[in-house]
Amino acid sequence: MSSSNLVVIFLSAILINNFVLSRFLGICPFLGISNKIETAVGMSLAVIFVMTVASLATWVVQTYVLDLFGLGYLRTIAFILVIAVLVQFVEMVIQKSSPTLYQALGVYLPLITTNCAVMGVTLINMNEGYTLVQSLVNGFAAAVGFGLAIVIFAGIRERLELADIPEALQGFPIALITAGLLSISFFGFQGLL
Amino acid sequence: MRNFRVLMSGIIDENPTFRLLLGMCPTLAVSTAAFNGLGMGLAATAVLLASNVLISLMKPVIPDKIRIPCYVVVIATFVTMVDMVMGAFVPDLHSVLGIFIPLIVVNCIILQRAEAFASKNSVLSSAFDGIGMGLGFTLALVALSSVRELLGAGSIFGVNIMWHSFEPMRLMVSPPGAFIGLGLIIGLINTLRPKKA
Repeated sequence: MSSSNLVVIFLSAILINNFVLSRFLGICPFLGISNKIETAVGMSLAVIFVMTVASLATWVVQTYVLDLFGLGYLRTIAFILVIAVLVQFVEMVIQKSSPTLYQALGVYLPLITTNCAVMGVTLINMNEGYTLVQSLVNGFAAAVGFGLAIVIFAGIRERLELADIPEALQGFPIALITAGLLSISFFGFQGLL
Repeated sequence: MRNFRVLMSGIIDENPTFRLLLGMCPTLAVSTAAFNGLGMGLAATAVLLASNVLISLMKPVIPDKIRIPCYVVVIATFVTMVDMVMGAFVPDLHSVLGIFIPLIVVNCIILQRAEAFASKNSVLSSAFDGIGMGLGFTLALVALSSVRELLGAGSIFGVNIMWHSFEPMRLMVSPPGAFIGLGLIIGLINTLRPKKA
């Protein structure tokens, strides 16, 4: 495995196959908590943290438990449990060790269990047959891509509040159309690699 | 009669996609062609029906504090079964839908129905709720994917129905088309729905 390979995984997960805008993972938090830049940043930090750790944990579970005992068919159940436990654990550790960080991330942590981006990245890692290091890079980069998209989107939505929007399109419809335009702009990265 | 109302509310009044805005990820991702949308919708309906019935049956024995993990395990079990059945009988569809089949586990619709309906209602009503919500989700998926397939490829369910000189809009079958298509459909529904004073 060369280091340029890792760079390719990194850039592709952030820009080309952006999790939100081209793979459609993590749409719920993307639409749900992108009203303010501040909350968007908090959510992205929590997701970056959990996705990186989840990539590590599920890789270990897959390699040393599921593959070893031929239990591949239990992957869906095993992964969702690993992620749920992990999120709970991370929440407790942060609460004990850093109250300030907990105050910033606390409310977002429980929501992450049902964020399909986390489950999605672990499944992609396994389907692509990534090594431990590649999984970690992919998990981290995918989460950074998620953060990038949600923060840009929150910035746009803050401006949209003041715009004059037809009544039928207010709220979610205009948010979806905005996301579509953002997704078109990310098309520009397609030829990057 | 009550059960019938439960069934219809899932399809129309509380349509999970258009009204409650749940389960957005699979909706946007697999709606490139009408057939994929239908397959995904039916897979989710099967899981919803089975998990709603089982959770409703098990509600006396599930301790309140750990109910969410219990629901998740029940849902994950059915998702695994659906995943395997689809892999065996419809391998083409299975590979098109890809990771979105295992991701039915984290589809908010299913957990939300378990928490909001199946854990409080009788087995029969829960079954009707599961079918109603599932069909509502399927209907939304088929509607969005038909629009995208029609504009993006000029066909519906693979049958070419547009006129000869029709130039397919490739944008509609690419990711941005999903966002824009769904935004416009919800906007249209908001316009058509009778206003409540």
